[in-house]
Amino acid sequence: MTTFMSRNDLFLFLGFTVVVLAMPIWLAPFGAGYPDLLQRFMIFGIFAVGFNILFGLTGYLSFGHAAFFGVGSYAAVWSFKLLTLDAIPAMIFAVLISGLFALIIGFLCLRRSGIYFSILTLAFAQMSYNLAYSVLTPITNGETGLQLTLADPRFLDAAMGQTFSGQPVPTLLGQQLGGYAGFYFCAGFLILSFFIAQRIAGSPFGMMLKAIKSNQTRMQFTGFNTRPYALSAFVISGMYAGLAGALLAVTDPLAGAERMQWTASGEVVLMTILGGVGTLVGPVIGAWIIKYFENILSALNDNILARFWSFLPEGVADVVVKITSKFVGDGWHLTLGLAFVIVVIFLPGGIMEGVRRIAAAFRRSGSSSAKPSARTQPAE
Amino acid sequence: MEKSNVVLHVADVHKRFGGLHALADIDLQVEEGKTHAIIGPNGAGKSTLLNVIIGKLAPTSGQVVFDGTVLTGRKPYQINQLGIARVFQTPEIFADLSVLHNVMIPALAKRDGMFKLNMLRSLDSETGIRAEAEHMLEDVGMITRREMLAGSLSRGDKRRMELAMCLIQHPRLLLLDEPTAGMSRHDTNTTIELLKKIKSRGMTKVIIEHDMHVVFSLADKISVLAQGRIIADGSPDEVRGNPKVQEAYLGGAH
Amino acid sequence: MFEIIFLQFLNGLDKGAAYALIALGLTLVFGTLGVVNFAHGALFMLGAFCAVTVRMFLTMETVTIDPEKLSPWGAPLEVREPLVQAWLGDFGAVLVNYSVPLSILITIPIMLLVGIGLERGIIKHFYKRTHAEQILVTFGLAIVAQEVIKSVFGPNPIPQPMPTDLRGAADIGAWLGMQANVITYPVWRLIYFVFAGVVIGGVFAFLQFTTFGMVVRAGMADRETVGLLGINIDRRFTIMFGLAAVVAGMAGVMYTPLLPPNYHLGMDFLVLSFVVVVVGGMGSLPGAVAAGFLLGILQSFASMNQVKAIFPGIDQIIIYLVAVIILLVRPRGLMGRRGVMEA
Ligand SMILES: Nc1ncnc2c1ncn2[C@@H]1O[C@H](COP(=O)(O)OP(=O)(O)O)[C@@H](O)[C@H]1O
Ligand SMILES: [Mg+2]
Repeated sequence: MTTFMSRNDLFLFLGFTVVVLAMPIWLAPFGAGYPDLLQRFMIFGIFAVGFNILFGLTGYLSFGHAAFFGVGSYAAVWSFKLLTLDAIPAMIFAVLISGLFALIIGFLCLRRSGIYFSILTLAFAQMSYNLAYSVLTPITNGETGLQLTLADPRFLDAAMGQTFSGQPVPTLLGQQLGGYAGFYFCAGFLILSFFIAQRIAGSPFGMMLKAIKSNQTRMQFTGFNTRPYALSAFVISGMYAGLAGALLAVTDPLAGAERMQWTASGEVVLMTILGGVGTLVGPVIGAWIIKYFENILSALNDNILARFWSFLPEGVADVVVKITSKFVGDGWHLTLGLAFVIVVIFLPGGIMEGVRRIAAAFRRSGSSSAKPSARTQPAE
Repeated sequence: MEKSNVVLHVADVHKRFGGLHALADIDLQVEEGKTHAIIGPNGAGKSTLLNVIIGKLAPTSGQVVFDGTVLTGRKPYQINQLGIARVFQTPEIFADLSVLHNVMIPALAKRDGMFKLNMLRSLDSETGIRAEAEHMLEDVGMITRREMLAGSLSRGDKRRMELAMCLIQHPRLLLLDEPTAGMSRHDTNTTIELLKKIKSRGMTKVIIEHDMHVVFSLADKISVLAQGRIIADGSPDEVRGNPKVQEAYLGGAH
Repeated sequence: MFEIIFLQFLNGLDKGAAYALIALGLTLVFGTLGVVNFAHGALFMLGAFCAVTVRMFLTMETVTIDPEKLSPWGAPLEVREPLVQAWLGDFGAVLVNYSVPLSILITIPIMLLVGIGLERGIIKHFYKRTHAEQILVTFGLAIVAQEVIKSVFGPNPIPQPMPTDLRGAADIGAWLGMQANVITYPVWRLIYFVFAGVVIGGVFAFLQFTTFGMVVRAGMADRETVGLLGINIDRRFTIMFGLAAVVAGMAGVMYTPLLPPNYHLGMDFLVLSFVVVVVGGMGSLPGAVAAGFLLGILQSFASMNQVKAIFPGIDQIIIYLVAVIILLVRPRGLMGRRGVMEA
């Protein structure tokens, strides 16, 4: 067992699993314990974990990962339409298709590095997005988005003699995947994704990725062909994105092109940075925080703010409400942008860096039995 | 100088950077198991020559042959896999990784080749490679620093670690670009001792060095490079007495 | 056939001019400061909203209710009187009419301040950090800028009328001695093109013929050496950033009659202008200008029905396609220097 997984890694994995599975309980007091939001926590957690394999470990900043997310969504919905409403084939299909897509795009983009790589990924993603809205409408259903209808053929279901009444929804072995069932379905995938990411980060392959990030030239003079390493990382993270996109289609079977827009790519970059680039749990935390505040802040309005600030004297309260209202509701993106700038300037290592600094401060001021830097951060 | 013993042959190599003729008509033969020193003033083209050998730069004309294999046109990683390793003039290391990992990586390159998708295996299970790396670090006297981040090492330690990164691959040909530059006298001596130890193992070496003390204590043969040309070639004693060499050093930008 | 091609060529010019102007500032900042500025599109957008603001002030009205008269719907008649006209009479009306070009006068100092403030406040701390971090911080700034604009001006595009005298189309065909009314071209687009030419010429002349420009160009080629000469290059670079902001801002102002500005205008143009810069070659000023026009014109041709019939959807992706091909075939772009960001 020791060679399979170190003790630290095992604790991290078990801790993560418990935290995720217990989310409906511990998030309830924060007003976030309902399935819709929890599902999104899982989905974007997966997206960010996968993105980190490319950006955090290998050092390639992609501005086009939303394309793979979108492809995963479309592929899953097509699986629901053509094959069966069961979610598992849809997941497999989506991961394979997005992996293939990532293989082609990655093969081309990885011929360049640095900002040229970023621009190439951006260009491919924008092409996908623009095409999804225009000539690919037969596949994507354009602006309306791809939906499930009663008239879909569903050949596998039909062959098994299954019929439906009412609006078709994705299932797992006949069980509908709404509500908490949907959450646990997604949570299972997040835990699996995390496990695989952890294994990758702790493997010789993962060390090579970190070495590529650190000094690609040295890697080449050390005898490594870095291209297939980076391409593997690209494809893996593309598959993660596809998986996340497919899960979004499972919980909400309507795939639209806006999921592929570059702002969506920017969002996953943000999640990863906010949590901590190159760390395992950081990106997941980043995703949760962004989705949580998006949910909370965008739901606030002047009335709620007025109640919140009502303890202030009247004139002051009005001004404070006026100011704070700019940062909530539709203005929540402003808060996000500001938070992002502040993090990049003051805390480039993200929240995980902050946690580490605080822990270090405690250790210094605390007991003398403090151990010298136990290596809990697998991704240096 | 029997032909059969030549393991590295740089044949009629020219390298131009725009108008600058950085390497002119270089013909160099390095014999198996010997230490071949290249000396010359700054800007003579010594590092450029190594760059051409390891495939970092393509020569304008001419070719490099290593043990019967033409290196010219091959990728740097292919050239390394043929058994050529290099210590750079300014350390090329993985600054964000630990010293131990820095040394394990080249060992894995030697064992697994230029690409292996071993992503579900744990690094902790690579006990053999790890032991090898620790052994190597002991050899260069850096075992106590194995958990440190390579980027935080002193300049001398970075060099020694880079040397360890090369040695762990047991290369057939080791290229050293000023391995003692920026080192204290003490560190220089340790490094010379280390290089002498490898010498007895029969590895072929090409070493660029300014410190004549180092050169004369290690080299079997010396080539003198000035303004992109080899102006003298021979045993240390021959070179020492060569008037052209004296002139190049006095007239050069040294 | 010739007429059609010539017309498409003309149609590409104004968009190409906008791309060229934005890309010029972007590549100037990259070449001098070494900073990849994702907030540059936001500067274009801020310029556009300077024009919106100026017009808002110029068209402020007093509303008095005249109880004597009734509107056709039977409510008391509201008498709206533009303040500027009340104070300045006909001259006020002219001001309102020419609000867009006039805004430039105000935009220049504002954008200069914005640019210098941005550089001194934030960008300068990122010179030594990685390109990825520069992209991230400027990306964050771009989001902040667009969200501030959104919360002040709302999410919808705000049309800016062009001066009445400059509406309509010029019969370029007739000027060139061809048949009348075949090749006509909106006057404002022509103005935009000329304006862009003047600005681009001005920037080049500034860099070519002033000592300031010479030092900056030397710094672009080799920052270290110029620094060693004891020249305070940083202050000049701050001004360069301000200048790039001014160019972007002016480009934004003049573009408002062609495309009603909204808060995400900057992002829309940013992605394209990055592509333009890369196609032209990072850090190359002539490259940015050439690539800007080239891509604008290509885009115009790609949107011809005859072309779309052969390559469906080509108009949607042409710019990105060109960028991908250039990057893969010639990574340093059309005119980029060897070695710049090729690693
Ligand atoms: N990649 C390059 N591009 C242009 N000039 C180069 C390049 N590499 C080296 N040079 C020039 O070639 C000459 C030889 O350099 P180098 O081989 O580094 O000399 P040294 O003998 O000191 O190692 C120098 O004038 C140097 O400026
Ligand atoms: Mg040298």
